[in-house]
Formats: sequence, C-alpha cells, structure tokens
Amino acid sequence: MTGIKPIVRKELSDHLSSYRFIILFALIAMVSLITVYMAGLQIKKDLEGVAKPQFVFLMIFTSSGAIFSLQQFVAFFGPLIGLILGFDTINRERNEGTLSKLLSQPIYRDDVINGKFLSGVLIIAVMMISIILVITGLGLSILGVVPGVEELWRIFIYLIISIIYISFWLGVAILFSIVFRSVATSALAALAVWIFFSFFVSLGASVLASSLTPDAGSSDPDAVLRRAAIERAISLTSPMELYTGSTATIIDPMRKTNRMFVQMGIMEQLSISRFAGPLPLRQSVIVVLPYIISMIAITIVCFAISYTVFMRQEIRSL
Amino acid sequence: METNAIIETVELTKVYNGQVAVDHLTLQIPKGEVFGFLGPNGAGKTTTLLMLLGLTEPTGGTARVLGVDPAREPVRVKGLIGYLQENMGFYSDLNARQMLDFIAELNRLPYDAAQVRIDEALETVGLTGESKKKISAYSRGMRQRLGIAELLIKNPQVVFLDEPTLGLDPDATNRMIELIEALCREKKMTVLLSSHMLHLVQKICHRVGIMIKGRMVAQGPMEQLAKEKLGIGSEKFTLEEIYMKYFQEVKP
Repeated sequence: MTGIKPIVRKELSDHLSSYRFIILFALIAMVSLITVYMAGLQIKKDLEGVAKPQFVFLMIFTSSGAIFSLQQFVAFFGPLIGLILGFDTINRERNEGTLSKLLSQPIYRDDVINGKFLSGVLIIAVMMISIILVITGLGLSILGVVPGVEELWRIFIYLIISIIYISFWLGVAILFSIVFRSVATSALAALAVWIFFSFFVSLGASVLASSLTPDAGSSDPDAVLRRAAIERAISLTSPMELYTGSTATIIDPMRKTNRMFVQMGIMEQLSISRFAGPLPLRQSVIVVLPYIISMIAITIVCFAISYTVFMRQEIRSL
Repeated sequence: METNAIIETVELTKVYNGQVAVDHLTLQIPKGEVFGFLGPNGAGKTTTLLMLLGLTEPTGGTARVLGVDPAREPVRVKGLIGYLQENMGFYSDLNARQMLDFIAELNRLPYDAAQVRIDEALETVGLTGESKKKISAYSRGMRQRLGIAELLIKNPQVVFLDEPTLGLDPDATNRMIELIEALCREKKMTVLLSSHMLHLVQKICHRVGIMIKGRMVAQGPMEQLAKEKLGIGSEKFTLEEIYMKYFQEVKP
C-alpha cells in the first residue's frame, strides 16, 4: 500500500493548483458567507429585546436569511462539489495515456483508485472545515453569542456528516469516470443522477405514494398513515433526504424525531408535547444514527463498485 | 531449456473476447540480448509486452521475467522492467523534473538517490536545459526522450520499447536511435524492441522474432532467417525482404 502516498500527494497538489478548485472554493465560500451573514442579521434583528433562547448560535446554520439556509445550500449544492472534483478522475488519465504509464510503475492497481478517492475526500474536508470555521467566526461576531461546548460538538458532527455526504457524490463521480471513457459523458451522467435524486425523488415519492394508496381520504386514517410511510420510504432513497434529515436533527436540538407528525403514535405525540426541552446531543445522534450509517454505507457501496469495475478492466481497453 | 534466459515464456496465450491475440508463444531471451519484435499492427506484440509486465493476465501458459512470474507478482516485475509504451501520455502540467520526481517516488527511490539519477537521466537524454519547461511545450521527440529518461531512473535490467520512434521526424528518430543504441551497448540492458522501423531493428538487434496474427512465425538471428528464406549470404539482405517474405506466406 506504499504506492498510495505519491498518488495522494500528486492528486492533492493537482487539485490545489487547479483553477477548478479555486473557482469552486471561491463560489462556495461566497455563497456560504452571504447566506450566513443574511441569516445572522435576521436572527440579530429578531432577538432584539428578547431573552436569548438556548442554542441560538446553531440557528445561523438553519435559518434562512435570504433565500435558503446554509444547511439547505450544502444539501442541494454540496453534491456538485463532489461531482466536479471527481467526474474526470480516471477517464482523463485514460484519454491522455497516463493511466497505463501509472500502472506500469511498481504499484498496485488499487493504489491508484484509493489514492484518488482519498485525495478527493481530503480536499472536500479542507473545503468544508475552512468554510465552517470562517462561518462560525462570522456568526460569533454578528450574533455576539459564544457557542457552548455542546454547540461546538454539534457543529463538528454536522461537519463530519457533510463531508461524508459530499464524499458519496465524489464516489458517484469517480464511478462514472471509470465506466465512461468520455469526460463529457461522465459529467452529464453524474449531473443527471444528481438532478434525479435531488429533485425528482421527492416529487415522485408523493405521486407514487398516492397512486399506491388511492383509498386514503380523511375517512381512513390507516391509509393516510400508509401513504405517509410509503412516501417517506421512497424519499429516503435520496441521499439528500438522508443528509437533510440527519443534519437538521443534529443542528437543531429541538427536533426530536425524523418522522412526520402523522406517523407518530399517540404516546410519541404525547411525549413530544410534554417534554419540550432540547434533546441532549447523545439522543440527537441516536435519532439520526440510522441515517448516518446509511450514508456511510451507500458511500462505501459506491466506492466498492468503482473499485471492482476498475480492478477488472483490461489494460488493453484502458 | 536455457537457464540464463532473462525473459522466458512457455505457450503463452491470451484470448480477448473469443479472439486469440497471442497464440502459444514460446520465447527465450538471454541476458544482454537486443531482441527485435516485428509484426503487423494488431499482431499481439503489445499484448505480449503487457503480459510480461503483469498488466494483463495470460489466458494460458506461463511467463518469467528475471525469474519472476508476472501474473503472480506484477508489482515486483513492474519494478524490474522499464517500459516505454506506445503513444504514452504525460502529465502536461508538470515539468520534466517533476514528472521524473513522481516516477521516482512511485518506484520508492529515496529522495537523494532519486535526484542523482534524475540528473543523470536528463543528461543522458539531453533534456537538462529544458527540464524546467512544462511538458505541454515539448515536441514529440522531446517527450519520447523524456520517456526514456523515465525508464532510466528505474535503472532496469530489462527494457521494453514499444514503437519508440513512432511519429518522429527524421532528426528526432536519429536521436532516438542513438539513445537506444547507447542503452544497449553501454548499459548492457536486455531489450525487447517492438518497431516497424526495420532498418533500426536490423541495425541494433541481435535476434528478431516475427509475429503475425498472434503466432511467432519466425525467430532467430537475422543471418539465419535470411539464409532460410532468401537463400543469400550475410550482409546482402535487408530485414525488410525477410519480413515481407514471411508476411506474404502467412497471408492466404
């Protein structure tokens, strides 16, 4: 596995010196700063003359000052970071003839793909960590509220989930870059998958759910429940839904469940209305743990597919 | 069987999607020999090289390079062989020195030793002056010479050269030939040279093998092949005559 080090080093320096990375980073930094600045101003205005509620600092991530909140922004456009970083990983080298040169050096074939994935994840981590740090600083100066230890932990977990989420899309992009020889095709395919999961799954979920439960009217509560369950299940196939669900609960301690209100049983509704306090961090994590594990799982599955396809390809066709 | 063979294949076979690319190839190349590998495009020369490098697995038969089985230990074999591939690519954003640094790193050379070798290799191929230029600004001849430099820093005992003069202008071709001759004569490397430049092959190779449609139809010193096929004594034939003779025989 020692062959991985030079590859990671080279990929990192390639990324960091590329215009693509600089433009992407500038774009994301700009949008996040504006979003958080607007959110911060809004929160500050709302808080005037009011006793500050608990966990007010975390609200800069979830409240939308102008159009969307930072959390929504990452959910929607975070995938693009992964896709843009990865869509030409393998096929560019293949087209330029550098892949077979790389493979005729004394390294294992998996060093190439592991190194490329790892360096992509590192780049994503660098991007997200620096942006969140800047945003936290900005929030600090706008709101004048110092985040507590628990809030910092929540931000940290939010950061980790975001990195996993974007890494999943990096994995998708790398997979397409292995499967398609043409860079343009893999970019388009990756975009299509992104649009499908980000926009159409949630639309399709409600259409499909209502066609599966035609008898769901106000008269039949069971059918209504079924419809809600089906809709939820379908929309959970979208990684965006997993990400939104888990980060919302992590960032907002007042959120206690990922389920919709109709899906809750009597006791659950009762307990929610009775215990109005914020959820401890540990409980928040437990609530979203299945989501986080699913996200890690689909990332691993996606990478595993790329890995197998890449390892089985004949060099002649590389 | 000779035991001092550096490259040895027994009944080596490769089938791609039902098509036989290499058909029961048995070949022995002793140490220090320059072997010319001839044959039309698509005859299976590159496939043979890839199998010897452990980059693709043989369908049948065995191969050994310096006593190592490339199908079993591809990484070890790749460390021992310098391979100049056909139509090779370069990271055009790098300069020659960075490219060689990267290759040295992939070969796990310690940094200081690598720098010495890189300087030597650049000197040998005559790129010292241009080593800070980006590869995107290089001519085809310069790139090909950089390819030779890449293989020199591995300091290999065995070198595979696949079409080293393809698409080069006459001047660049001559420089390339001089370089390859120097490699053969001074560094005493065992060379497997695949080329269509028959006069080049005739000039520097000790033995040749002619491969057509995956089969080695002739193998041996050129004088011997000339006697067998053309019936003329040494020094009067050209390799081209021999080659065409075989080629026409195989063609139905």
